[in-house]
Amino acid sequence: MSFEPKLRAYTAPVFTVEVGSGERKMTLGGESVQPLCFFDKPDQPAPLIGVEVSDIGFETEGLPELAAFYAGADTLAARAVKAASLPGASFVCLHFEGADPAATNKSVEDCVAEAKEAVAACPLPVVIAGCKNIEKDTALFTALAEALTGENLLFLSAREEDYKAMGAAVALAYGHKLGAESAVDINLAKQLNVVLTQLGVASSSIVMNLGAAAAGYGFEYVASTLDRVRSAALEQQDGMLRMPVVTIVSAEAWSVKEALVSEDDMPEWGPREERGIQMEAVTAAACLASGSDAVILRHPVSVEKTAALIAALM
Amino acid sequence: MALKGLDIFKLTPKTNCKDCGNPTCMAFSMKVAQGAISADKCPHMSPEALAKLSEATEPPMKTIDLGGHKLGGETVLLRHEKTFVNRNVFSVKLRADMTDEEIDSVLEELKAVDYERINERMYAECVCVDCGEDKARAAEVIEKARSSGRVLIVKTRDAELAASAKAALILGADASNWEAMNEAAKAAGSVLGVSGESLAELHDTVEKLEAVGNKNLVLDLGTGDAFKRAVQIRRAALKDGDRSFGYPSVVDTAAIAPGDPVLQSELAALFVVRYGSVIIMDRMTYAAALPLFGLRQNIFTDPQKPMKVAPGIYPINGAGPDSPCAVTVDFALTYFVVSGELERSGMPVNLLITDAGGYSVLTSWAAGKFSANSIASFFAEQDIENKLTTRTLILPGKVAVLKGEVENKLPGWNVLVAPNEAVQLVKYMRELKI
Repeated sequence: MSFEPKLRAYTAPVFTVEVGSGERKMTLGGESVQPLCFFDKPDQPAPLIGVEVSDIGFETEGLPELAAFYAGADTLAARAVKAASLPGASFVCLHFEGADPAATNKSVEDCVAEAKEAVAACPLPVVIAGCKNIEKDTALFTALAEALTGENLLFLSAREEDYKAMGAAVALAYGHKLGAESAVDINLAKQLNVVLTQLGVASSSIVMNLGAAAAGYGFEYVASTLDRVRSAALEQQDGMLRMPVVTIVSAEAWSVKEALVSEDDMPEWGPREERGIQMEAVTAAACLASGSDAVILRHPVSVEKTAALIAALM
Repeated sequence: MALKGLDIFKLTPKTNCKDCGNPTCMAFSMKVAQGAISADKCPHMSPEALAKLSEATEPPMKTIDLGGHKLGGETVLLRHEKTFVNRNVFSVKLRADMTDEEIDSVLEELKAVDYERINERMYAECVCVDCGEDKARAAEVIEKARSSGRVLIVKTRDAELAASAKAALILGADASNWEAMNEAAKAAGSVLGVSGESLAELHDTVEKLEAVGNKNLVLDLGTGDAFKRAVQIRRAALKDGDRSFGYPSVVDTAAIAPGDPVLQSELAALFVVRYGSVIIMDRMTYAAALPLFGLRQNIFTDPQKPMKVAPGIYPINGAGPDSPCAVTVDFALTYFVVSGELERSGMPVNLLITDAGGYSVLTSWAAGKFSANSIASFFAEQDIENKLTTRTLILPGKVAVLKGEVENKLPGWNVLVAPNEAVQLVKYMRELKI
């Protein structure tokens, strides 16, 4: 008897979330197959790749390729334009690291001015990432959401501690999309979606930022959380877990020892840039295999190769 | 598919003779179906019926021994459903048309990239030789590969060469040559890798090999749609009970993405997460190994058993006996996060890992496994007071409540409390005044 593969498509797809306005738009989510299983049903949407740029510029010691790529791009807007030019990039993520009170503590006004300039210049949809300081992020996101009304940006992210202020300002008052950030746990993720929805934020305005880890650093929790969230969405049609998932790979991958240590300190490990690229690329592939609808990456080479991987699977 | 009690009952003599120790044949059948007793407890069962039963109670995916490494034997499609059982192996690839210098460089690198991480050896277990047409050259390269001491895989469609290689795995059987390759694999005691133009053809070839008694197989996923095949094969084996697809897989990322090390790593990551058993790459550099081996270690962790690091003193940033101590638990994730942040601070510190059952700081504290007593007994076991001259001990912020008790248990120690979150450690360490 000849082998006939059974196809496995689901009736209820992952929700879609539209980000961007005018010419530059993207749709996150919408698939009704298991991660990367495009063969199960025709016309499935591909996962997207976002390129991270920093308001203060990346530290590039030992990273000559990255430095060369952004050479001469001295403003956030210039870096965003550069990032958007990468083949395979679907959106640009403006990361306001400099707003962190523990770092340069850049003022909200300065961040807003830079963001407006960058959004105006960037030809791709824009995603905003904060500095992880709850108070500063709340003030920053509220101001950015107001200043960029109508741009339909995605803000990463609202957390348990600040979802009320973020939900009210970013999503309800100024009509942007909101990431719901939880710490690699399906129950926390669901709970945050529930309370955001109760606040009045539509599910079509919510994406999930389930947290991430670099390969080797507890990635089993990331993989299994993604697996379980996607199973809940597709198999159990759980409306509070059907939102698309965006994973910030870059910050995790580039902050582990393997990507940080200089070649001088670890000569046998080889060039730092090669290690960072591999850490970012491997982590991105593993996230996509487990169910991320979009990954945010930093290095042009990992963007290129991840795009090649997705293209090869489509 | 597992047989139901009623299906088994049909195979019994239905005499209720009680020779098996059960009151009726039906009761016996129900117990066999549950796996409580084995079918051969019935002395009257025909050999045909027994064979049918033993096949039905076989695990859905076979476990294949590849040079001492177990492959396959999986029971679930997603690790949280139970656990993945046997981690994949990695292989580097030598082509017979490479120069000796190129081959030596791959093998030297293979030897160099071999280290320990959380109690496990991290290395590429196998060397694959792609034999090409020149048999004499292939034989030379095979000997070079064998001398590496790693598990040998040969990729050839030449049955004679395959038999003489005495490799752990022969990749090269398909619909046209399976009989000769089967003989070669049997003669050499090798596992046989089977490929097919399509999954249907692959399935047919496997059935033919099984019919002549060879169930020591792995399935070659090919290059065109390897991921699709990996998923469809594993689903068929585990969900649909298709025994002929219940074998480990082999995927050659070097053939899918020739000359592209980063894309090969991405493909390898994909197949670590989803259903690759033997993953072949051109080489194994440190840059590729660090994330890939870490990923493999994570994915093949049993979700019910947290990963633990060995208790002990871990000097960071060149810490000596006079550098301050920071104590935490043996949960691997805690160790990685804390040691990473301490390294980033650039300040020398002795990280003390205590046996806390592999749980996080708060969980082990709540369970009584991380307490002033456990810290004091760790100090005694490790003989900290003699090994180290420092008398400064930093506690995790989340167990600040232990400070007083620890001071009582460890007289003479200056007990400090770190911030709540690991990410705040960099600033804390840099500003630490002792």
